[in-house]
Amino acid sequence: MSDLNYDIAIIGGGPAGLAAAHSACQSGAKRVLIIERDRELGGILQQCIHNGFGLHKFQEELTGPGYASRYIKLVKQDAEVEIMLDTMVLEVTDDKTIWAVNPQKGFMQITPKAVIFTMGCRERTRGAIRIPGFRPAGVFTAGAAQRMVNMEGYLPGKKIVILGSGDIGLIMARRMSLEGAKVQGVLEIMPYSNGLTRNIVQCLEDYDIPLHLSHTITKIHGTERVTGVTCAAVDEKMQPIPGTEFDIECDCLLLSVGLIPENELSQAAGVTLDNITGGPVVDQQRQTSLSGFFAAGNVVHVHDLVDFVSEEGEIAGKYAAQFAAGTLEAPVRTIAVAAGDGIRTVVPQKIALPDNPTEAVRLFMRVAKPDKKVTISVTSNDQTLVERRFPVAKPSEMIVVEVPAAKLLNAGEQLAVSLQSKQGGEA
Amino acid sequence: MAQCVKKINCIVCPLSCVGEVTLEDGKIKEITGFTCDRGNKYGEEEVTLPKRTLTTTVKVDGGELPLLPVVSKAPLPKDKVMDCARYLSTVSVKAPVAEGDIVCSNILGLGVDIVATRDLGVFSAN
Repeated sequence: MSDLNYDIAIIGGGPAGLAAAHSACQSGAKRVLIIERDRELGGILQQCIHNGFGLHKFQEELTGPGYASRYIKLVKQDAEVEIMLDTMVLEVTDDKTIWAVNPQKGFMQITPKAVIFTMGCRERTRGAIRIPGFRPAGVFTAGAAQRMVNMEGYLPGKKIVILGSGDIGLIMARRMSLEGAKVQGVLEIMPYSNGLTRNIVQCLEDYDIPLHLSHTITKIHGTERVTGVTCAAVDEKMQPIPGTEFDIECDCLLLSVGLIPENELSQAAGVTLDNITGGPVVDQQRQTSLSGFFAAGNVVHVHDLVDFVSEEGEIAGKYAAQFAAGTLEAPVRTIAVAAGDGIRTVVPQKIALPDNPTEAVRLFMRVAKPDKKVTISVTSNDQTLVERRFPVAKPSEMIVVEVPAAKLLNAGEQLAVSLQSKQGGEA
Repeated sequence: MAQCVKKINCIVCPLSCVGEVTLEDGKIKEITGFTCDRGNKYGEEEVTLPKRTLTTTVKVDGGELPLLPVVSKAPLPKDKVMDCARYLSTVSVKAPVAEGDIVCSNILGLGVDIVATRDLGVFSAN
């Protein structure tokens, strides 16, 4: 059994892990290990072959593999970085011991000074949304289908129905159409799509694919193979309305019904999770509730832009490097960050305030419902620290509000982030 | 009958304005509903010459993966996208491939090259 010592071990070689590794090196970390279970780095970006990545980070539209390759090249130039592919982490314990296994080295005990969790997220499956019916072949998550079509060369079906209109569902509608399948329709339980308008236009309208808002699937037909689905309109409580049912014929159902941060390892290590984001509670340095354990990217909260995932990875890498070197400044106090009216989630959930704060803190948040002309304010002890206006706010698009370092000195024990609607909720 | 109005969802920014472009005898008469110049320009382009970037895959012989992701170096006319995708389903390349390599030059005579979006090495049994 090998015994391996590192400054930092990063679990997951997707965009968050790659950015964390590069940033850790730039911050002086000496031995950095990336542990990746797939056969190559890049994570889910490698199957996202469409373009639109990197507008913030690189000011150009890259494809998923193109975005990944930028970071893979950076990391491969970093002499301090070691990469273990085909390697599965089995367990992480709270004394920062990582137990992992791969075909070359067998069972390994890895002992870093700091750990960064960058495992990303998983798709919700049919089980998570409990659609009645038999269990025929042909029901896939949209991401699984994306991997089959874009990387492995299989078409999961020829007549497709997609449940969920988030971006992955929309992107797959176009992808299946380009590969010669017929997409019969996309169903969305909410009265609005959670996808970008760009994707509604370019992935559905361009291919004349109907989008049924406020609709869901109430039954899956077929015993061996899917033969069709029964759909129904839903009421305000998202319950199917009797009498509105109709059937759509299909041989494949793709589910794009949400993503859940992948935290089996972090939870078993004893990291405290946030009930709403599903990811670890972190401070602005992306340190979790366990000292020396950091987290970044979709494992913390599901992002819509990879650019923000990279940014978060860079933050975690920088402070993990300081932790490993023993130079991370101890906070003088901790400020809790709370999601108030109209805000669903805010990350970080706390701010570890150093004696003399010099760095602004960027708060990443999601609003509770779509709205226009909103003001988002950050308050503490009835005092407004920051106020920002947005012409439009959607739950699907993460909003960033920066709190300058000087303002943090005025904050009490809690910062509250809330949304004021100028039009009284009218869209 | 020569006049028609096309509703266009603007995709330039998150505001997502819905504008209307009025055509008379195939020519633009009026553009309304957008709230900025970029929106007006987008609306005009969407009715006169809509373009889309194509991303798809082509077959790879002897590669570590069976497929290579590719992109059109410039946007293609929207009504030619499906033809290009169909044509690319007949194209195959030999590994190794480097990111940026031209997989198909001047596709269907449209003046646009199709390039690889990643490196792809040669398959090895180990």
